[in-house]
Order: sequence, then structure tokens, then C-alpha cells
Amino acid sequence: MDEQLKSELSRQGVVATSLQELYNWGRKSSLWPLNFGLACCAIEMIATTMARYDLARFGAEVFRPSPRQADLMIVAGTVTKKMAPQVVRLYNQMPEPKYVISMGACAISGGPFKQGYNVLKGIDRYIPVDVYIPGCPPRPEALIDAFLLLQKKIDEQYLTGPNRPRHLNADMPSEFVVPEFGEHDLEPTQNRDVWKVPLVNISIAGKNESGSD
Amino acid sequence: MNLEAIKSEIEANVPGCQLEIIPNTSPSAQHSLLVDSAHALTVASFLRDGATVRLDYCSNVTGIDWPVKEVSTKTKVKKIVDGVEKDVDEVVKTQTGGYLEAVYHLYSMEQRQGPVILRMRTEDRTDRVHLPSFTPLWRSADFQEREIFDLFGIIFDGHPDLRRLLMWEGFVDHPMRRDYVDPDDYEYEPTAHDEVLKRAREHQSAEGGL
Repeated sequence: MDEQLKSELSRQGVVATSLQELYNWGRKSSLWPLNFGLACCAIEMIATTMARYDLARFGAEVFRPSPRQADLMIVAGTVTKKMAPQVVRLYNQMPEPKYVISMGACAISGGPFKQGYNVLKGIDRYIPVDVYIPGCPPRPEALIDAFLLLQKKIDEQYLTGPNRPRHLNADMPSEFVVPEFGEHDLEPTQNRDVWKVPLVNISIAGKNESGSD
Repeated sequence: MNLEAIKSEIEANVPGCQLEIIPNTSPSAQHSLLVDSAHALTVASFLRDGATVRLDYCSNVTGIDWPVKEVSTKTKVKKIVDGVEKDVDEVVKTQTGGYLEAVYHLYSMEQRQGPVILRMRTEDRTDRVHLPSFTPLWRSADFQEREIFDLFGIIFDGHPDLRRLLMWEGFVDHPMRRDYVDPDDYEYEPTAHDEVLKRAREHQSAEGGL
């Protein structure tokens, strides 16, 4: 339907919509996050749900204690290598459609603990992340911003066609490899189907003393 | 009560124990007492229960790794070279380290004094790494000894529940040892520098690079 005609009709008191819009509106307005936190970011996440910041305004106040009832995972905090398999398993247990917000520097990349022996360098090595929030920890406003961004993303999804989301595409996986504890590290160390190594030219990132490359 | 007095007190009450005061040259001057592991438990229980010292609180336990280090010292020696007496620098190489240490910070709540710092040394860094556990004496040493077992690999004999604390069962390394090699996961380093830059470069060239 023509956008102009639609807005014209709505001014006349006639609401025209499509199934896609209705479907997306329903999903984006009732995101139920999984109730778990890993570190200090979780405190900010809790603050976001409380009266002052009031996440309930965006339909996401129902924090579920079970992954079976949740459709949004907020990875709030440092993911240690010991915790990573459980996080991936929780994600696998969530029904589709499901989304992930990677909250804070640690969940994105390992943050200040990136070079630690026991810290996973970003949860996106194992599960697909929809929205990243930088910060250490991010303020509640940042989490709300991430919510709005995620809602926008859901709103723009097509129900059919090649760009339809994962949960409407039977060929796409909804479960991801749960890493196992190895002798020196997690095995596998990343899920290459999910995580593509970002292209960073490290000779630019760091000073190249030799002058070559 | 200073450490000298405590040392002589222990020597009077625990026969056969070998004690050594390790001086701390920094301004804090927290000297510590090296105890031989064979008598450590007797010494510790004397420090806790003895009439004079009464260290009833163990605030902190930590581990230290001392890898083998070669120290060369130069000394001037008079030597006859070609019939002429000359001052010649002679380099003496000595090896230090090659052991792990467990360090206990003990306080007395009753007498309001402390810390008394106890050290124990293992015989080497790989095979003979057993030390007596102080958990039966101070419960607060429980998790900290488990942490040392996890990160340094010191096996505490007599510990009631010696399992890894931070890393998982089946992990074989001891991450806080100086010769620990961490897993090679330097694929993505947005702001690499120094050692990290070097390792990120190695990783990129191994993967085909940019």
C-alpha cells in the first residue's frame, strides 16, 4: 500500500495496515528479556527496569526467569570462559524469534579483561548479536537506546523474501554450538558460522615501526 | 612483638624447625618468615594457639612463582696475566628461584597486632609442589588455597576440598605461573599494541593476513 495514501487515510480515521506491520508491532512491543546478569552491567540493567528509568514503557518489563518464556537475551557483563557454555545453552533453549543485546565492553569484546586467560573475547564468538552497547558499564539510557534500536530493527523486518529473519527461514539454525571445556581453552574457540573475524588492518591500528606492510 | 622475637619464640617451642627472616627492603618493611614445609603446620598451630602470639586471623593467602633466574655478579679479582698482576672482572653466575611460594598474612584480633607474614616454599616448580594446608587452622584459607592450587598448581596436603576454583575441571594449565602460555585467540584486536600487536600480527600472517 502506498505510504502517502495510508497516512491520508489515517487522518480520516481509517487505519490501514499490513500483516507484516501488525506482526512486527506485536513482537517489538512485548520483548521479554531473560532474567540473568553476569557482572556490574547487570546492576545497570536492573536500574533500567526500576521506576526511575522504567523499561516497562517499551513493553519489556517482564523479565522471565526461564529461557523458554523469553525472547531477548541481554548479555550484561563479563562472560568468563567458564560461564560461556551456559550462556550459549540458555540461548539455545530460548524459542524463536529471539534476539541478543550485548551490553557493555566485556560482553562485546572482553573489555578491560580482554587479554585475561579466563575471559571470553566477546559473546558474539558463539551467538549472533543484534545490538551492541558500548560502555563500562553503559548507563540505563544506553540500554533503553539499545531497546529502541532493536525495536526499530524488528519493525523493519520482512516476513517473506530472501531477507526474512532467521526464525522464518527453516534453513537457518536456531541452535548454536555449545563450546566444551578443553584442556587449555574452550573448544571450539569460536563459531565461524556466527562470527566472522572483523577486518582490521593492524598495521594501522598499531604503529608499524618497520615501515613496511 | 617484632619478627625477631616471634622467630626466637617459635624456635624455643618448636624443636627442629628451620626459620629464616626474608627482609623487605621497601619502606613498608614488612619482613616475612620463611618456614620449612615439614614443620610448617606445627609452627602455624603454635602461632595460633601459643600463649604469646595468638594469630587468630588469616586475612590473606597468596602464591608467588619464582622461575629459575640466572644472576651474574661481577667481582674484581687480582690475577696474574702474562706475569703482571692485574685487576680482572670475574663473572660469577648463580641461579636463584625455581620454586613456588605460598604467603600467609596472619593477624591477631585478640592482641590487635599483625600482620605476621609466613612463607612456604615448594622444592621445585613441577613435581614436588606439595605444601601443608593451613585450612584446618584458619578456615579463611580454604578458598584462597584452592585459588592458589588452581592458578599456581601448589598441592595443599590436608586441604578438605582441594578443587579448582576459577578455572574448570579438566583445565591443565596454571595461568598465574610465569611460563603460562595463554590460548592464541588474537584474531581480532582493534587497538593492538606492544605484545598484543606482535601476537595479532603473527595470527594474521598465519591466517593469510590482510
